[in-house]
Amino acid sequence: MTSLNLLATVSLGYVAILFMVAFWADRQALRGRSARFMRSPLIYTLSLSIYCTAWTFYGAVGYAARSGMEYVTIYLGPTLVMIGWWWGLRKLVRVGRSQRISSIADLLSARYGKSNVLAIGVTLLAVVGVTPYIALQLQSITLSVAIFAEADPTRSHNESGTVFWIAMGLACFAILFGTRNLNANERHHGVVMAVALEAVVKLIALVAVGVFVVWGLAGGIEETLARIDRSPIGHWQVDGGRWTAITFLAAAAFVCLPRMFQVMVVENEDERHLRTAAWAFPTYLLLISIFVVPIAALGLELLPQGSNPDLFVLTLPLSQGQNGLAMLSFLGGFSSATSMVIVAAMSLSTMVSNHIVMPIWLRSTGAFKGASVSGDVRSVVLFARRFSIAAIMGLGYAYYQISGGGAALAAIGLISFSGIAQILPALVGGLFWRGATRAGALAGLTIGFAIWGYTLLLPEVAGGVFSASTLANGPFGLSWLRPQALFGIEGFDPIVHCVLWSMSLNVAAFALVSVISFPSPMERLQGAQFVHVFDHSAGPGGWTGSVAQSEDLMIMSQRILGPEDAQNFFQAALRRQGGPGPLPEPTPSFLEQLERELSASIGAAAAHAMIGQIVSGAAVSVEDLLAVADESAQLLEYSSRLEAQSKELSRTALQLRDTNQKLTQLSEQKDAFLSQVSHELRTPMTSVRAFSEILRDEPGLTAAEQHKYASIIHDEALRLTRLLNDLLDLSVLESGAVSLNVSTRRLGDVLDHALSSALAGADGPLQIIRDRDREAVEVETDVDRLSQVFINLIANAQKYCTATDPELRIHVRSNGDRVEVDLADNGAGIPVDFHEMIFEKFSRVTPERAGGAGLGLAICKEIMRKLGGDISFLSEQEGAAFRVTLPIRLKIEEIR
Amino acid sequence: MAGRVVLIEDEANIAEAIRFLLSREGWQVDVHADGSSALSVIKAAEPDLVILDLMLPGKSGMEIIREIREVEELSHLPVLMLTARGQLKDREMAERAGVTRFMTKPFSNTEVLTAVRDLNAQARQTQASSVRDAG
Repeated sequence: MTSLNLLATVSLGYVAILFMVAFWADRQALRGRSARFMRSPLIYTLSLSIYCTAWTFYGAVGYAARSGMEYVTIYLGPTLVMIGWWWGLRKLVRVGRSQRISSIADLLSARYGKSNVLAIGVTLLAVVGVTPYIALQLQSITLSVAIFAEADPTRSHNESGTVFWIAMGLACFAILFGTRNLNANERHHGVVMAVALEAVVKLIALVAVGVFVVWGLAGGIEETLARIDRSPIGHWQVDGGRWTAITFLAAAAFVCLPRMFQVMVVENEDERHLRTAAWAFPTYLLLISIFVVPIAALGLELLPQGSNPDLFVLTLPLSQGQNGLAMLSFLGGFSSATSMVIVAAMSLSTMVSNHIVMPIWLRSTGAFKGASVSGDVRSVVLFARRFSIAAIMGLGYAYYQISGGGAALAAIGLISFSGIAQILPALVGGLFWRGATRAGALAGLTIGFAIWGYTLLLPEVAGGVFSASTLANGPFGLSWLRPQALFGIEGFDPIVHCVLWSMSLNVAAFALVSVISFPSPMERLQGAQFVHVFDHSAGPGGWTGSVAQSEDLMIMSQRILGPEDAQNFFQAALRRQGGPGPLPEPTPSFLEQLERELSASIGAAAAHAMIGQIVSGAAVSVEDLLAVADESAQLLEYSSRLEAQSKELSRTALQLRDTNQKLTQLSEQKDAFLSQVSHELRTPMTSVRAFSEILRDEPGLTAAEQHKYASIIHDEALRLTRLLNDLLDLSVLESGAVSLNVSTRRLGDVLDHALSSALAGADGPLQIIRDRDREAVEVETDVDRLSQVFINLIANAQKYCTATDPELRIHVRSNGDRVEVDLADNGAGIPVDFHEMIFEKFSRVTPERAGGAGLGLAICKEIMRKLGGDISFLSEQEGAAFRVTLPIRLKIEEIR
Repeated sequence: MAGRVVLIEDEANIAEAIRFLLSREGWQVDVHADGSSALSVIKAAEPDLVILDLMLPGKSGMEIIREIREVEELSHLPVLMLTARGQLKDREMAERAGVTRFMTKPFSNTEVLTAVRDLNAQARQTQASSVRDAG
């Protein structure tokens, strides 16, 4: 006989192994180098087996012993879902990832416009539905321990104490491995690994018992089938209504149970694992269920009357003295119970803390504003989760104690399923029907939940609530409200009755209210995101294998950073990791660095979304898109501002370049001008100085020499004076500060005055040829300035005309409101080379210095400009010929 | 010991003053006002010294000094350049082109005479040493 001590030791050892496995898997995952098998689809498939709880492990045999083949429906439901509806599950998984869904309550809330009311409703429903289920698991452990205790008379067995400690231990496990981190997207690798291990243990245990029964007890397959035929199981009638209802319930529960959602969606590593699970999980169910009937049949036959068929799996080996097998079987049942409790507690705690505890805490502390997960809030969230786990475990334990662990628990499984199934319409509708609204979901859930509670939960579980008369005649004598015969429909099995009414009214309310209510914009948006999730999110390619992920990351980085920078970054990361290459492993730290690197280029939100899409397969959520759009808008605005600024800058630069060029030109002109002035001043001064020194220092000069040198000094002094006058004159004219003294005079008079001034004291025989009639025109101008121009031209002719009989021809021609005066001599003229520059300052044509500094014509040009006219050189004439043009009437305004 | 000077200067009065001063010292002064024919005049006159104005009609003093230095027999000929422009870069350019002494107008008579005497003495020393070396 197996002693309780040994059982305790084995159990504790098994638990220790579970802790170690979970701890190891968590560590590996944390370091980012989880082993390949940890991410294999088989682990995913095995983790799904938490569907098979102690209720299935022990209960299925009991079920078969009591109701024949009906137990198959429990396995049929999930199988149908897995095989026939795996595309629906895929959608569910995709939505879960893309929206970063943390629980089934979160999913419905997100779908229906982030409704918190809905989340709270689903959470409550789940807690109410699952708590008895947890109690059931605790009971199964107690019962199984009790079996061993009966067999070990040496020890007195404290049942409730065992349950308490088990509950405590499971809570610890869930807290330890379920609340490591906050992010819903982060997976609980430790828990999943432990669950997978337990899945293997319970399968092996049940199969081992089955093999022992079929080949060890019955003596082969044929003999077994014969014995089954002889047992009552072979004669059970199949109730079509119940079959359909229970198959449907099992299928619905498989999708809607919080713990199933946890392992199927939240813990999903790769969408493609579903493809494997679609055949592997039904296979698992087949294996675990195939020996149920033989065990039940043999149990009924071999064990004494009144034995609990729920425990045949244990008692059958024990009765045959197979203590080792019984121990294995115990561990299988233990595994079923613990894995369910842990995952259920974890998933429920997430819902409770996220949708109930946290909102209350945030509201009470007023931390709602800017409530991003800061360090402070983080610890609160962790505490809330841990507290919730403890509370749920406590609730399960309390329920177990209150219900007295009676046979009522056996029915809990299906009741629980029926309650959870109420979520199904809102869930499926949300995934496939854009028209589904929050109001519809709430209406359906409320009605379904109410009917379930009224027709099934209260009468079956809390039997004391309704008096016998209420059950028989309905409340207040309203017979159509009889809990188990609503609207007078009698004769149904309670389960079928509940499912029929709750589901049909649930669906009807959901559809009807959805149609007549209007979705909010957020609902519309989320609805589209959910229903068209495959259009919005990228395909599942590339986020299984680490290498594939790295390649995708590389390709994306190259697009964003440019090939060279991306290469450098990845190479540096590879060197840091010291891996074999060619690409670095996508460890968390590497991803973090990459995200930072990318966010420098494309903004934090976009970088997060892009890396998330590749690494976790999470599609871009609405918030991500909004954040990206926001950032892009800011970038766009910023860049257009930059563009404007750069245009402005280049305009300024152009202006500066122009100005600089002008300044340089001006500076060069100024240098040239100063150099010229210097030369023109120094030259006469040299003569003055040289001859004054000669006069001073040479005593032996003759009187003629003295006179000559004094005359030179005098001439040069005059030249200096003229030069200075010209310079000042030009400066005044050019600066525009000249004031014109306008008067009206006959042109002939002006010429007369100029000729007499220019030729005064001249010894040359310059002949002047004029046509006085033409000169009769009256001009209104600055007569003195005009005269100055003529004097200059006449003096030039007088000085430079080299003809033997020099003559100057003055020809006046009136031309509308202008008058032209040509002054042409008969000399050699001006060489062609000089034509272009004769009006420039200091330009000189002849080597001889007739006392001119080369400023005369420049001054003439400037004067004529001031007078609104012009002076030009007539190059086609033989001699030097100039044409002076001026308006007959000077209008000062026109000149400026 | 004075010798022969070629003075290239277009300002008649300045040329007159320099000629007066140097004649007193015993120099024979050939005055020439045109830049373009300056080199041939110098070649023909075989002077001991050239006084060269910078700004000349026909050809600038800078071009003339370059031409002088290109002729081998004239490579050591002392050249005193005069200019009224008085810019630093003119002086640098002239010295690079091979001018022996550079003087800015207006100058004192003593300055001109001292410069001419110095250049003459230097030239004679150089000549003497080259004769000694040859001998």
